[in-house]
Amino acid sequence: MSTPSSPPTTTAEDATARGERPAADLRQRVYDSPKEQAIKYALGACAFISVLTTLGIAAVLIIESIPFFQSVPFSEFFGDTRWTPQFADKHFGIWALLSGTLLVTVISAVVALPVGLASAIFISEYASKWVRKVLKPGLELLAGVPTVVYGYFALTFVTPLLQAAIPGLGVYNALSGGIVVGIMIIPMVASLSEDALQAVPDSLGAAAYALGSTKYEAVVRVKVPAAFGGIMASFILAVSRAIGETMIVTLAAGATPKLTLDPRESIQAMTAFIVQVSKGDTPQGTIEYQSIFAVGLVLFLITLAMNIVANRITRRYQEQY
Amino acid sequence: MPTNESTEDAPRTPPPASAEEPSANGRPDASERPDTESSAAGGEAPTEPAMKPKLNINDLHFWYGDNHALQGITMDIQPHKVTALIGPSGCGKSTLLRCLNRMNELIQGTTLEGTILVDGQDIYAENTDPVMVRRRVGMVFQKPNPFPKTIYKNVAWGAEINGYTGDIDALVERSLRQAALWDEVKDRLHTNALDLSGGQQQRLCIARTLAVQPDVVLMDEPASALDPIATSKVEETITELKKDYTIVIVTHNMQQASRISDETAFLYMGRLIEMNPTDQLFTRPEKDRTEAYVTGRFG
Repeated sequence: MSTPSSPPTTTAEDATARGERPAADLRQRVYDSPKEQAIKYALGACAFISVLTTLGIAAVLIIESIPFFQSVPFSEFFGDTRWTPQFADKHFGIWALLSGTLLVTVISAVVALPVGLASAIFISEYASKWVRKVLKPGLELLAGVPTVVYGYFALTFVTPLLQAAIPGLGVYNALSGGIVVGIMIIPMVASLSEDALQAVPDSLGAAAYALGSTKYEAVVRVKVPAAFGGIMASFILAVSRAIGETMIVTLAAGATPKLTLDPRESIQAMTAFIVQVSKGDTPQGTIEYQSIFAVGLVLFLITLAMNIVANRITRRYQEQY
Repeated sequence: MPTNESTEDAPRTPPPASAEEPSANGRPDASERPDTESSAAGGEAPTEPAMKPKLNINDLHFWYGDNHALQGITMDIQPHKVTALIGPSGCGKSTLLRCLNRMNELIQGTTLEGTILVDGQDIYAENTDPVMVRRRVGMVFQKPNPFPKTIYKNVAWGAEINGYTGDIDALVERSLRQAALWDEVKDRLHTNALDLSGGQQQRLCIARTLAVQPDVVLMDEPASALDPIATSKVEETITELKKDYTIVIVTHNMQQASRISDETAFLYMGRLIEMNPTDQLFTRPEKDRTEAYVTGRFG
């Protein structure tokens, strides 16, 4: 500190010489100075960008869907079972696409929820320090694999394996896509559930042990229920991620919209349809082109609803301990 | 095996009782218990001098990594007494307490030497299951730590995982009564335990421990997080409990030790300095260091 001649220092020295503390000027406006204000607004702008983007996307989806719903009534959209916008005989029954998405999502959830939760329990409660040190980054690495690689993996590795096990299985099928989407969301379930388990106070585990419980009982009957909110939130977020997943289902699950619950069938997920139309030579302004906005809107509403539910659950259970 | 209803609902008899009593409690390890005490006591209510120690600690050493926390503790703890462990922070009293139900081995990197016998049985013997030890030697912690479940489920939890086959409702009521909490919670048994006050939560934790029907209850500064009124309630509860249980309590509060305990052990730097009947230790301590501590000159 070498600013000996600045006025405040001099006053301070004077005051010190008299054995007093210098009086602070309380009228200085530091709290809402222009600099503080500028920082506040810059940070605020960043925070609002994402919110505004979301609102913008929602607005575009709604506005672009309006012409579609003017020519295709809701009764057909939700009542028809066929989705054939590119045929001469056009049908716009969303269930054909929605069922594809739901089929893939259910398969992925069946794979990811148990495996993810089991991984979380293992990492949080059973793994030794160094096993945890290896496993956690390993899982995070899995989360960093580009989804197109997963799609390729589904098509060229998982599908042939499944074909060996299930005779007559086609190259494109919901099962392969669903399994690989499940693998993709395992890290999400594991990581978020593990955080939830870690947040359970150790004192609850100690209480369980002191009552003569085994490790398994302490984990399954005290810690997991105590972390239930966080675990549920991780499930919902992961499932909503699966619903929105695009590349894997585009590559591996097929392009044949079909109202079916048979995982061996080739289907088309909502996202895959959007890809197909966006990347194809469908002219803008046609009803096929407009249909992707309607599909996108449905997709958006589903994932939005799931995220809101996840948020609610987390908040509701947060105060539990 | 059919359980004996009448034995179950009867007030708990002191631990060295007939052979059927422990099995009615649903404790699978009960049959392995040595019968030495009942023969020594002749089946009658044990008189003070004839009592065998409930817990027998012999040359106990304990390490956290390289930190030699307990350096050769030898002491006996009498049944149906409240034994207080006192001493300055870091003297090893909580460590000693946690050795008595093998809670310390949940911490990685700890080592134990020496023996601890409960009713003559070595709780650190190779074929002893820590889970079984903890069912017999229960523990109440410093901070109330009820499960985020209902009051009823908190009390029933331990009994349920231990395979209790009797009337759970009766067990819950009896345990809550023993912990002097029943009247305050009987109309809200199925509400969340975390809505209780701190003192009520701690008595709930005591009730939860009693529901497992241990012989020994360890308490690690059970009132240190509570206000004076809640503290006095918990103290009353402890005094009530010694009829049925052997209690070992760690406390920082010397008034509390002198109010509720029968025997007091003073620990310092991982060693047992003095152990005597409480009134004697506080009024006529044998060792200078004890005197200095209990009169507040250090610690």
